[in-house]
Amino acid sequence: MTDTQEHDPAPRSTLLPPPKRWWGGIGPDERRWLSIAFVWCLILFSGMYIWMGIGDQQTPIESYRIDRDTFQAEAEEFMAAYAVGEEDGIPVVAPPPGEDVYLQASQFQFRPILELQRGHTYRLLVSSTDVQHGLSLQPVNLNFQVLPGYLYVIRLTPDELGEFSLVCNEYCGLGHHVMTGKIAVVD
Amino acid sequence: MATTVDPKPSEAPGLRKCAATGFLVDERGRQLALANAVAGVVLLALGGAMAVVIALQRQGLPVSDDWWYRLLASHGATMLLFWLLLFEVAALYWGSTMLLNTRMRVPRLAWGVFGAMLLGVALAQWAMLTGRATVMFTAYPPLEAHSLYYLGVLLFAGGALVAIGIFFANLVGAKRDGSYVGSLPLVVYGFMAAAVIGVYSLVTGAVAYGLLFAQSVGLLDSVDPATYRLFFWGIGHGAQQVNLAAMVAVWYALIAFTLGGRPVNEGLSRFAFLLYIAFIHLGAVHHLLVDPGLGTSHRIMNTSYLLYLAVLASLIHAFSIPAAIEVAQRERNRSRGLFGWLLRAPWREPGFSSLVLSLVWFGFIAGVTGVLMGTMQLNMLIHNTLFVVGHFHATVVSGTTLAFMGISYYLLPLLAGRRLVGATMARWQPYVFAGGVALLTLAMLLAGRLGVPRRVADLSYENAPVAVDMFATGQTPTVMVLVSVGALFAVIGGIMFVWVMVATLLKGERTDRPDTALLHAFGAQERERGASEEGGAAMLTGHDNGLSARWERFEAPGTYLIVLVFLAWFVAMYLLAHFNLAQTWPVG
Ligand code: HEM
Ligand SMILES: [Cu+2]
Ligand SMILES: [Cu+2]
Repeated sequence: MTDTQEHDPAPRSTLLPPPKRWWGGIGPDERRWLSIAFVWCLILFSGMYIWMGIGDQQTPIESYRIDRDTFQAEAEEFMAAYAVGEEDGIPVVAPPPGEDVYLQASQFQFRPILELQRGHTYRLLVSSTDVQHGLSLQPVNLNFQVLPGYLYVIRLTPDELGEFSLVCNEYCGLGHHVMTGKIAVVD
Repeated sequence: MATTVDPKPSEAPGLRKCAATGFLVDERGRQLALANAVAGVVLLALGGAMAVVIALQRQGLPVSDDWWYRLLASHGATMLLFWLLLFEVAALYWGSTMLLNTRMRVPRLAWGVFGAMLLGVALAQWAMLTGRATVMFTAYPPLEAHSLYYLGVLLFAGGALVAIGIFFANLVGAKRDGSYVGSLPLVVYGFMAAAVIGVYSLVTGAVAYGLLFAQSVGLLDSVDPATYRLFFWGIGHGAQQVNLAAMVAVWYALIAFTLGGRPVNEGLSRFAFLLYIAFIHLGAVHHLLVDPGLGTSHRIMNTSYLLYLAVLASLIHAFSIPAAIEVAQRERNRSRGLFGWLLRAPWREPGFSSLVLSLVWFGFIAGVTGVLMGTMQLNMLIHNTLFVVGHFHATVVSGTTLAFMGISYYLLPLLAGRRLVGATMARWQPYVFAGGVALLTLAMLLAGRLGVPRRVADLSYENAPVAVDMFATGQTPTVMVLVSVGALFAVIGGIMFVWVMVATLLKGERTDRPDTALLHAFGAQERERGASEEGGAAMLTGHDNGLSARWERFEAPGTYLIVLVFLAWFVAMYLLAHFNLAQTWPVG
């Protein structure tokens, strides 16, 4: 490159090497935008901590490793203890408020069907006995990943009456589109 | 003054001068770039064909569930891995040889890499389409696929890694030969950022798929699903950041191609690329926000890219790209008032329209939804719903793919030495494609808000033990019709693109000057024009540019107002999302 390049501002292109000094001054508009953008980034960051203080909807973080068979055995025990009926071969379980609630995901169903009371907080203990699944509670719109070998504790407070669907939203095999479940909320 | 691009002949054996651009071209680099780009476009066409089928199945196109999943798996891998990475390898070869006036290093190895990548594609496609690898590109264990599927993807990724190595060899060689002086051109610098991010993405990806491969051939008993997810998203997310950096570099190239513009402050743009390299990989954790096993601070620090510094980088580009357009227009006196430069922009130029459409949709839709989804608590609302699919079609389709299509209208004629065929088709193509993808993505985002899960073959849940009829009634079916209509338009736009490419490649008139009158890009025009009225350094001030004194001292007043509108939209969406969050059940 000869010095013509440095003296001539016009033929600069993003495809050519820049002139020697490419760190020019920043214009007033760009400088202002930069500060505004940085402040917005800080707000986005603190937003998550602020919501932890003011919001009722938090990302569950309590989790444990658990052996798949242990989980299945505990879940069966839970279902036997509080079963109140059966629908399409799936137990319907009405645990007392305050009790730990097991929810088992496996190819291709969620067990059991739960009957919860409105306004009470339940500890849902969720895991999978085979592959990964997605726990999607609809139309409430709450979604969680379910991994085999890990127990995910989700504290949930149903605040509406009615029947709510569970659908699996992580691909889990050719029956992924038949994997459903149900939570009924009663008074 | 062709001084910038004429190294001494002794330093450039085997290079010939491109008549259109004045750059020195290495025949082997040219062929390699062309081969990789063409292979990429062929796979784009294949992935597009699959997209029609998976989208129209919802409107009754008879496809078995089994085949729907196979095609979905293949569509994802074909598009996200094969099309994008092959095109990026082409871009890396182009940028590191032609733009630097240097020769292609180790061309034989590069051909070997190309062969290995194609073999990898063939193995993976065979496994996916014969139903031996219906695990989706995420391949989460304990789902299992045929070992040749993992091997195919590993070959492909390994090939891409070596290609990146060759790119760096070219850079180092060019520097040593002195074929360019000073800093790298901005576009090549952007490609370099993409390449650096590519290295750590591909390495973590190789670990993830390597574990699965080892398991599939019996070397490992099992792979821990949480560990796998951590490694997998190193590439699953990292590769998207390669796409992002490459796309931004291509945007800068398109500005040069269509307007001869450059950033007002090039240093800032380069700094933004550095921020990408330093912080963007942290964001991988946003895929694990509702997974068991991670603590709160870990989630927040990582999902926020440490104080959103990578988002800051994107916000810098969000200013500097439109500002480059605005300043280029003002310098050429093609502007009056605040937004006259937009009115008088070359909207009929496919490179320009794809640049703007890609930029707008990427910013307003893809970027904003991405930040929202990556906000720890908000993630619960949309994880694994069609919202996610809407978001990433806005990033990789209306963003990256559209930008790559835009630059192909200039690169292919240059690389193939042929005149572009179908200029009218090319003129309309970005609008049809962007329009289709806009509808597709908006409809997917809406469907996700209605709770529609992703990767589900049958939304009626007819055969489910516990009936779910919420997606067969209400608004969902209408929204899914919009998804399909958007898909149709997008695919028509895709066909138009492929048609122009194929016609140019096969039928285009051979020429060493495929000059489409847009070669501001290389400084060629300006160099020839010299001190003509337009090419001169006419600055913002001193013209009657119709600006009031209030705006006069700004570099790019129109852009400044546009980014403020963008920010207002961002803030509004952020508040709306939290309003939605507050409506759902208390959870924690
Ligand atoms: C031609 C326009 C396109 C249309 C109409 C289209 C349509 C679709 C549809 C309907 C799905 C399935 C969503 C679901 O139910 O889960 C999908 C998935 C996907 N698409 Fe596209 N797509 C297009 C182009 C692309 C491109 C260009 C890319 C990447 C560059 C891409 C990447 C993906 C990925 C990664 C998935 C997810 C696959 C998975 O879940 O494993 N698509 N697309
Ligand atoms: Cu499932
Ligand atoms: Cu599933």
